[in-house]
Amino acid sequence: MTPANAPSILEVRDLQAWYGESKVLHGMNFSVNKGEIATLIGRNGAGKTSTLRSIMGLVGKRTGHLYFEGHDIVTYSPDEVARKGVAYCPEERGIFASLSVHENLLLPPIIKPGGMSIDAIHQLFPNLLERRNSQGTKLSGGEQQMLAIARILRTGAHFLLLDEPTEGLAPVIVQQIAFAIQQLKKLDFTVLLVEQNFNFASQISDHFYVVEQGAVVDQFSRKDIEDPKVLDQIDKYLSV
Amino acid sequence: MTEIFGIPSQAFYGQLFIGLINGSFYALLSLGLAIIFGLLNVINFAHGAQYMMGAFCAWLALKFLDLNYWAALVVVPVLVAFTGMFIEWFFLRKIKKLDPVYGLLLTFGLALLIEGAFRQGFGVSGLPYAIPEALQGRRNLGFMFLPNYRLWVICVSVVVCLVTWLVIEKTKLGSYLRAATENPSLVQAFGVRVPRMMTLTYGVGVLLAAFAGVMAAPIYQVSSSMGTNTIIVVFAVVVIGGMGSIGGAIFSGYALGLAEGMTKVFYPQASTTVIFLIMALVLMVKPSGLFGKKS
Amino acid sequence: MSDSSAETSKLSHDVKGAIDGVHVLIAALLLLLLIVPFVGIYPIFVMKALCFALLAASFNLLFGYTGLLSFGHAAFFGTASYITAHTLKFWAITPEVALIFGTAAATLVGWIIGALAIRRQGIYFAMVTLALAQLLFFFYVQASDFSGGEDGIQAVPRGRLFGLINLENPYAIYYFVMAICMLGFFVIYRAVNSPFGHALKAIRENEPRAISLGYKVNRIKLLAFTLSAALAGVAGATKAIVLQLATLNDVYWGLSGEIILMTLIGGLGTLLGPILGAFIMVGLSSYLASLGSWMTLIQGAIFVICVLSFRRGIWGWVEDWRRK
Repeated sequence: MTPANAPSILEVRDLQAWYGESKVLHGMNFSVNKGEIATLIGRNGAGKTSTLRSIMGLVGKRTGHLYFEGHDIVTYSPDEVARKGVAYCPEERGIFASLSVHENLLLPPIIKPGGMSIDAIHQLFPNLLERRNSQGTKLSGGEQQMLAIARILRTGAHFLLLDEPTEGLAPVIVQQIAFAIQQLKKLDFTVLLVEQNFNFASQISDHFYVVEQGAVVDQFSRKDIEDPKVLDQIDKYLSV
Repeated sequence: MTEIFGIPSQAFYGQLFIGLINGSFYALLSLGLAIIFGLLNVINFAHGAQYMMGAFCAWLALKFLDLNYWAALVVVPVLVAFTGMFIEWFFLRKIKKLDPVYGLLLTFGLALLIEGAFRQGFGVSGLPYAIPEALQGRRNLGFMFLPNYRLWVICVSVVVCLVTWLVIEKTKLGSYLRAATENPSLVQAFGVRVPRMMTLTYGVGVLLAAFAGVMAAPIYQVSSSMGTNTIIVVFAVVVIGGMGSIGGAIFSGYALGLAEGMTKVFYPQASTTVIFLIMALVLMVKPSGLFGKKS
Repeated sequence: MSDSSAETSKLSHDVKGAIDGVHVLIAALLLLLLIVPFVGIYPIFVMKALCFALLAASFNLLFGYTGLLSFGHAAFFGTASYITAHTLKFWAITPEVALIFGTAAATLVGWIIGALAIRRQGIYFAMVTLALAQLLFFFYVQASDFSGGEDGIQAVPRGRLFGLINLENPYAIYYFVMAICMLGFFVIYRAVNSPFGHALKAIRENEPRAISLGYKVNRIKLLAFTLSAALAGVAGATKAIVLQLATLNDVYWGLSGEIILMTLIGGLGTLLGPILGAFIMVGLSSYLASLGSWMTLIQGAIFVICVLSFRRGIWGWVEDWRRK
């Protein structure tokens, strides 16, 4: 539950969205506090990815309100959203095949001061330094995921949207990413996560929002999930 | 007189050289087309008309503004590029969400408009444009005579193609173009104003076409129909090369120009059709083109 | 549509009235077409327009119904025109045989070009058809002994249909052309409303899905392409007989562009659209014949306007309005 004095960096009010003719979000309502890690959980097709894409301005049509640091960005184009300080790491990772690892890393332009330096990024993700001249897509799945996260850390964006960062990755890599995201929290980044892997999310997330058919149907805090009855409830939400 | 494969050597090298010149124009034009297609997913049928505009504006600039070839080489492509950027902003943006076929049809319509306007204003016959003084004359290489202006054209086109290729493949600016060609919405989500990039890229493609036009003016006669007849051949060149690759477009341009030249030496009746025949062959053997990435 | 409510029955009456209105209009136009030689509404113009209407309709079968942009349809029209003109003038045959020869040639050319073009998808397909049509154009330029070069094949005799009916007779030629073109339109109508037509529609709307549904997409595309080429050939052969002329204009890329424009302005994907578009464009070009290059300019302008804001075309707009 949100303490009264914690400033929310993002407030989503009655967000509805369409891809062409089909409606994917039917009224999303939730908020994310500054400096926390919040996670959208839910079954496949519930609308979690669509929510991230809607925040980023990548869907066809949106109505409702998206208050980012007080400004309503629901009509913004993707580059306008990015320049407000939001960065997006898509589910497909989006590593450019026609660019080297280093070019991929440097691609997102610096939109605000305060981003991480290249050295700091290489400290967080050492593999990327070794492979800097390889073609972007020649990296392993885990390395590509790290690159996808790494490149948005340089830009100065302080609100990160991460879509299924652990999908298809080995447990060892998953742990590395969990560690990296926790480090990001220490560096004052705010993260909105979409995850199918509840185990992973439960290690790092402060808040959980359950999404079903394009709307938030329930929410839990980090404390709540210590209760096994709550875990059971979550299990029911996520089971096929 | 020496002979090569039964052809007098002067004729042989002369024709080869002409092939290289034609190839220079094919390379410049397919480069522009490939750049535009890569990012905007539009086949710019108006490319030929914009090439023609380059030649015509050089002619007009000389006749009415006393602007010589060297000034025209700088000013005219930029001017035509601005008309191109207007076209992208006013016309092409509106149909971005449609099937790419409509981009071809729209630019086809624009090509007709531009050509019709110039034909209405200046008639069908070709207008002469003098070779600039500094580049007149020719060198005697022994096995052939080498006209200076044509040598200039080949050198400049090679340099322009090389520089363009280097910028796209090796610089940061080029990395934005390459990335946006692959995934424009993600690049936009990083904060890059991709729509503006598309306008500028179309402008660059048109700039290359118009630049080729200015260079073409002293060689071919300036006429309203010089564009579309050339562009259909260039279409065949890009189908052969495959439009995914900038280097492939450049290489195909020169190679096919040479092939055309060679055909003229040994079997002149087929010289107008050889590039199309090669295209048919490539389609049978490797449909995605010699360097094709996008299937 | 029997409804007890007075409001809905008035509505259905209005809708029925609107539908009848359009049907009446079509019937009236058909009647007009039938009496042209008697009324003297420039029968040559109408015959020429009918040939181009069939040509545009054949193109529409590919683009409007299957989603394949053929940018070289003039190749089929012109080939049939040349073959028919040549055989009629230099071989001692009757016009219906010449028509068959012309159509057969166009069909063969269509099959070859189609087989090559289908190896590429989407926009490449259009470019390949354009390039191959241009190849054929240059071939005809070179083969001036056969094609007559810049002059073309002129003074083609119309001959006696089946050896009996003299086609120099204005009534005979008119009803001959009308019969052929109506037959062509009928073939297209039947093709579109058959399982084959449904397959075409499935391919146009979602090709990967059509493949997954089990359609042999490449074979269907090639069949549609060849049929379209054959019908374009019929149009070309008939035109050669009517206008007694075959020229390089018949194979020029400009004609391919005009065909697209006719279909676009008339109504893509409708049966009557191409016919309407052909009459408009043939009318426009004869009206503006004296103005030379203005025609190119105007064509370009119409293209641009149609693509930007009038993609449904006139008949498409009528059909949308009827459905409301």
